[in-house]
Amino acid sequence: MKLHEYQAKEVFADAGVGVPDSRLATTADEAVAAVEAVGLPAAIKAQVHVGGRGKAGGIELVHTPDGARETAARILGMELKGYTVDRVLVEAAVEFVDELYVGVTMDRSRGRPVVMASTRGGVNIEEVAAAEPDAIAREHVDPAYGLHPYQARKAVYDAGVDRDVARDAADVLRTLYRVWDERDGSDAEINPLMVTEDREVVAADAVLNVDDDALFRQPDLAELADEAAADDLEARANQYGFDYVRLDGSVGIVGNGAGLVMTTLDLVDHYGGAPANFLDIGGGAKAERVANALDLVFADENVDSVAFNIFGGITRGDEVARGINEALSGFERVPKPVVVRLAGTNAAEGMAILNDDLVTVEETLEGAVKRAVAAAAEVGE
Amino acid sequence: MSAFVDGDTRVVVQGITGGEGQFHAEQMIEYGTNVVAGAVPGKGGQDVAGVPVYDTVAGAVREEDADASVVFVPPAFAADALYEALGADLDLVVAITEGVPTQDMAGVKRRLGETDTALVGPNCPGVITPGEAKLGILPGNIFSEGRVGLVSRSGTLTYQIVDSMTQRGVGQTTAVGIGGDPVIGTSFVDALDRFEADPETEVVVMCGEIGGEDEERAARHVAGSIDTPVVGFVAGRTAPPGKRMGHAGAIVSGSGAGTAASKIEALENAGVPVGDTPEAVVETVSDLL
Repeated sequence: MKLHEYQAKEVFADAGVGVPDSRLATTADEAVAAVEAVGLPAAIKAQVHVGGRGKAGGIELVHTPDGARETAARILGMELKGYTVDRVLVEAAVEFVDELYVGVTMDRSRGRPVVMASTRGGVNIEEVAAAEPDAIAREHVDPAYGLHPYQARKAVYDAGVDRDVARDAADVLRTLYRVWDERDGSDAEINPLMVTEDREVVAADAVLNVDDDALFRQPDLAELADEAAADDLEARANQYGFDYVRLDGSVGIVGNGAGLVMTTLDLVDHYGGAPANFLDIGGGAKAERVANALDLVFADENVDSVAFNIFGGITRGDEVARGINEALSGFERVPKPVVVRLAGTNAAEGMAILNDDLVTVEETLEGAVKRAVAAAAEVGE
Repeated sequence: MSAFVDGDTRVVVQGITGGEGQFHAEQMIEYGTNVVAGAVPGKGGQDVAGVPVYDTVAGAVREEDADASVVFVPPAFAADALYEALGADLDLVVAITEGVPTQDMAGVKRRLGETDTALVGPNCPGVITPGEAKLGILPGNIFSEGRVGLVSRSGTLTYQIVDSMTQRGVGQTTAVGIGGDPVIGTSFVDALDRFEADPETEVVVMCGEIGGEDEERAARHVAGSIDTPVVGFVAGRTAPPGKRMGHAGAIVSGSGAGTAASKIEALENAGVPVGDTPEAVVETVSDLL
C-alpha cells in the first residue's frame, strides 16, 4: 500500500524529521488560504500515486495568491497517468543548496533490510542506481540487531555528504529506518532531502509504502488506503477480494494461482492475442466467486472474449463447473464468449457438467487460449 | 532419502486444530505421509486427524520423534511458529501460510542461517515425493513416480506441468514449491543442489516468475555447479512494471528489474532451455529422458 506524500510526511514529521510547513487543499479557495498560512513562494503538488509528477505538470511553484488559485484550479481534476488529482499539497518553498537522497528497502536477494544514502537527490534514484551504482552508499541491516547508529553515519559519509550536515543526515536516515521498521514499510524514501543555506536538512518529498501483508497490525495506516483506486474495475476487484490487474488487451482472463494466471496471460500473447487483465480468484471456486469474477471481466468494455482456466487441486472440477453454470445462468444472455478449461481433480466430470449452451469447453490450456484469442479476433472485426 | 522427504519423514503439523490444518493433515495421512503429531499452543492432549496434539513443537519432537513440520498457522502468528520450529532442531520446515509480513520473514531467515534446518516457503504448496510422502497442500493424485525433479515459485503452475507430465507417462522424483513471497527459505539454488545430490533425479524443471533475482542467481549456479540437465520456464512475460501480479514477490520494478526477459536470457546463457509454453517444457523434458 502506498501512502500519499502528505501522509508519509506526517508520519516522518511525527518521528522527528524536518518537513516544510504545508496544508492540504481540495479546492482552489483552500489553496489560496493555504498559501496565506504557509507563505509565498509555495509549491502546489498533486497528491497521486504516480512517479514523475513534476515532469507531468503535477507540481508547480507559485508566487502570488492569484497564482495559487489558478495553479490549484488547473492541477485539481487533471489526469496523471490514469489517476485524477483530487487533492494538492500546498507547501512552503524551500531554498536549497544541495539535494540528498536517503532510503530504506528490503533487499530480497539477501532477505535483509538495506539503508541507502546519496548526494544525487532530486532526480530519479533508480536511474542513478542503474547508471552509477557507486553513487549510492548502502548498508545492510542485520534484523537481529537493527540498524546500528554507525551504519547510518557510514552510509552518509561513504556517500560523500558534506561534513557539516552529515550528522543531521545520518539522524534522518536512522529515523527513516525506525519508521520503516515500526510501520512495516516495504520502501521508505526521502528524495530530495534538501540542505538549506542555514545547513539544515528538510524532507522535501516523502515516500512510504507499507507491506500489504502487515496492514493487520498497522490499523491507522490501513485506514489511509486510498478509496479512489486508479480504476473502477480495480476498486471493484478489491471489494471482491481478488488479485486483479487491468491491462489493455481484449482477452479477459480468469484463473487460479498467480503463476498459472500469469502463464495464461503469456499464452494469450504467444498465440497472437492481448490479455485484458490478470485475475486470480484463488483457491476454491464457489458459485458466488465465479460469478463475481465473470461480472468483473464482463464489465471491462475492452474485453471481447474470456479464457477461464482453473486447475483444481484440492478444489474439485465438478464443483467449479457447477459454479460456472450457476454464475452464467444468472445472465439473460452471456455477454461475451467464454472458453473454459478445467484440469486436475475431477476435471473430466467437471467438463461433462459444463453447459455447452453457455460456454465453450476446451481440454487443454493451450487449446482454450487459442480458442479465446480467435473468439476475441472475431468480435473485434 | 529423496531430495527433501520420504516415507520415513516424521511430520508434526503446526496449526492442526484449524480448518486448513486439520483438512490437510487428513489429506497428507491419506497420501501415506507419516504424520506423527500436531502442535497447537493450549490444545495439547487432544487427538486430531488420528494423531496426538502437543502444546509445543518440542513436545512433538520429544514424544513422537518428529523431524519435519508443516505450518498452517495464520499470518500474524506464523513467524513465531517458524521460530519455534527452528528452535526444535527439525530437519525440514514447510510453511504453507500465505500473507506473512515480509519483515517477519527477514527475521526468520536470519535465524534460519544459524540452524541446520531447511525451510520451504512461506506461501507455498509444499513438497511431495510421489508414492512416499507429501508435506503441504499439493493434490497427490496428479503426481506419479519417476525421474524428474521440479522446483517452482507457483503452486498451480506446478500442477499444470506435473499433470501434463503424468498424462504422458513422465513421473517425478520430488516437486517442491518454494513460494511467491519476496523473502523465502529454500531458494532455487538450494533446491537445485538437493536435486543434484539426488541420484534418482535425472532432469530438473525450474519454474520461475517475474520479480527479484533468484532465477538469475540460479542460472549462474547451474552454469557453475549443476550437472543434471535443467529445463526452465518463466511466467510473467506480459506483466507490466510496477504491478504486483498476485504473489507479493511477483513484481517488475519501475526501473525494469526482475523482468521475465532478463531471467530467460540468464537461463538460456547458462545452457538451460526455456519453454515458451508449459507444453513445450514437458516436451523438452520428455526428449531429455
